[in-house]
Amino acid sequence: MATVSLQKLVKRYGALEIVHGIDLEVADREFIALVGPSGCGKSTTLRMIAGLEPISGGNLKIGGRIVNDLPPRARNISMVFQSYALYPHMTVRENMGFSLKIAGMKSEEIAPRVEEAARTLDLTHLLDRRPSQLSGGQRQRVAMGRAIVRNPDVFLFDEPLSNLDAKLRTQLRTEIKKLHAKVQSTVIYVTHDQVEAMTLADRIVIMRDGHIEQVGTPEEVFQRPASKFVAGFIGSPPMNLKDAEIADGRVVFVNGDSLPLPRRFADRVTAGRKVTFGLRPDDLYPAGHGIHSGQEADVHKADLRVSITEPLGNETLVFSEHGGAEWVGRMLNPRRLRAGETLPFCFDLSQAHLFDRETGRTLRG
Amino acid sequence: MNENAKARLAGNLLSLAHKLGLFIAMAIICLPGLWIVLASFRPTVEIMAKPPVWIPQDLSLDAYVAMFSGVGQGGIPVIDYFSNSLIVSITSTVISLAIGMAGGYAFARFRFRAKSSIFLGLMLTRTVPGIALSLPLFFVYSKLGIIDTHFGLILAYVALNVPFTIWLIDGFFRQVPKDLAEAAQIDGCTRWQAFWQVEFPLAGPGIASAGIFAFLTSWNEFALASQLTRSINSKTLPVGLLDYTAEFTIDWRGMCALAVVMIIPALVLTFIVQKHLVSGLTSGAVKG
Repeated sequence: MATVSLQKLVKRYGALEIVHGIDLEVADREFIALVGPSGCGKSTTLRMIAGLEPISGGNLKIGGRIVNDLPPRARNISMVFQSYALYPHMTVRENMGFSLKIAGMKSEEIAPRVEEAARTLDLTHLLDRRPSQLSGGQRQRVAMGRAIVRNPDVFLFDEPLSNLDAKLRTQLRTEIKKLHAKVQSTVIYVTHDQVEAMTLADRIVIMRDGHIEQVGTPEEVFQRPASKFVAGFIGSPPMNLKDAEIADGRVVFVNGDSLPLPRRFADRVTAGRKVTFGLRPDDLYPAGHGIHSGQEADVHKADLRVSITEPLGNETLVFSEHGGAEWVGRMLNPRRLRAGETLPFCFDLSQAHLFDRETGRTLRG
Repeated sequence: MNENAKARLAGNLLSLAHKLGLFIAMAIICLPGLWIVLASFRPTVEIMAKPPVWIPQDLSLDAYVAMFSGVGQGGIPVIDYFSNSLIVSITSTVISLAIGMAGGYAFARFRFRAKSSIFLGLMLTRTVPGIALSLPLFFVYSKLGIIDTHFGLILAYVALNVPFTIWLIDGFFRQVPKDLAEAAQIDGCTRWQAFWQVEFPLAGPGIASAGIFAFLTSWNEFALASQLTRSINSKTLPVGLLDYTAEFTIDWRGMCALAVVMIIPALVLTFIVQKHLVSGLTSGAVKG
């Protein structure tokens, strides 16, 4: 078990800097998810922690020890690859026992540990097969088995579920969560899927262009996004983000339509400020069909024309027009809607966000 | 006859035509080999007969008996030639494979300056016909005093084979996902162990094919060997074939018999290595 500490970590390829001096403290036994769009440097960061990429600057500590220049084998980590990276010429048993064999353990010591790991992951009946005889989900479980067999200080996951179909992904997500509860290791998990990050992680690190945008618990990054980027990245469907300007205590959109300025921003912004207004779909709903059901004080009501609906069974996503742009709202306990129908909508402004249009940072303070 | 029956019949006819075509192609490819084996068993009269005698009338092992009965009794120093061939081919193959593996791995895995130019340069050496090199090589070798030595021949064959082994092995290492070597390093391997434990076994089929190719090139090579060898010190089997030509006669039967002796080790080797040539070994390594 170990802490991981990234101090001003930099990655450069020649003159090109990919990761710009990021700082991150991962506590012992913590589950950290690194998320961000492709090319944001999250995988590179993980590979630096693994020792697969040389570190160009800063320090990396695992368990308090600087490991910058140590090879992967000296870091006591294990890693699950997106591509699984199982050894095709070995059986599942040999794959899982490989690290122990390399460490010089005797086969009678290896066998019980492999079997123990196989039981944990329900792989016992597959131990004598080769990777080519397994399905995608089974292969990923073997890859995880190979990782847990050696009791590493830190587990690294590099988008482990992105090659699987949606159903299997959900199932394995639960398994990873159970596994973490059981083995109690420090986990650093890279994904581009914010749902995975939200459901699995103790804390989420949102990265963009080689910088860390925000670090926080799933609740924090969802409810108090530090920037427009985080707000748009976390949550599905994404937050409605519309450019606007503050005038006369109102948020005025590009086409002149407006909403009242949310009360908690009343003394934070001055007239003429260029902002981006953000409202989650959960906070824009047909009257009587919302999470907050209009009880809060700061709710603005407006009639909107429905353009498209996406029924999901327990809820319906409602697309409608306001301020010259399309907004998506969420209708709970839905009834059938017709396109073109006009409905009274509630904008729950107590949940709204304002971001500086230039810097993209939140104006919440 | 309904549509399905028609389609079925057309399919059957097509498959029959394919098989027939394949049979004819194979017959054309295999016939010379068969003819050599047959010719080694029959008298020159029958070999030279026009029109050809298809069904042998008079089979004997005389040519083989004569071949092994020693110099002066119609034989040639076949054991010496054979061992020369074996030493030269095996040594040059082993060296070519060692260099080919190192080079192929480097081309497949590392980035370095002028990589593609070096690779292209290696390939360009293959465009020079071997025979064109024989005279310059002869001069260089005679100055160095390595004419008629195993070393000289091995050197020439290594140079001939290395570009090919590098090219072939490079292709196979490229097919082994990089993730595997990385996973092995995470699992505690050094770079060296990762290579031998994971990448080498997976590129095995490619290395085996490169090995067969290098061996056969050296084993069958005639043009250079005929210039660079002089005596039983280093003469190889293909050069030995020339022993059957005299000023006015050619002993076709003896030559064919020696050719058969040459073919056998090549066949045996190919059969031995064949099972390692099963490709698709890497399937299942990554993704689904």
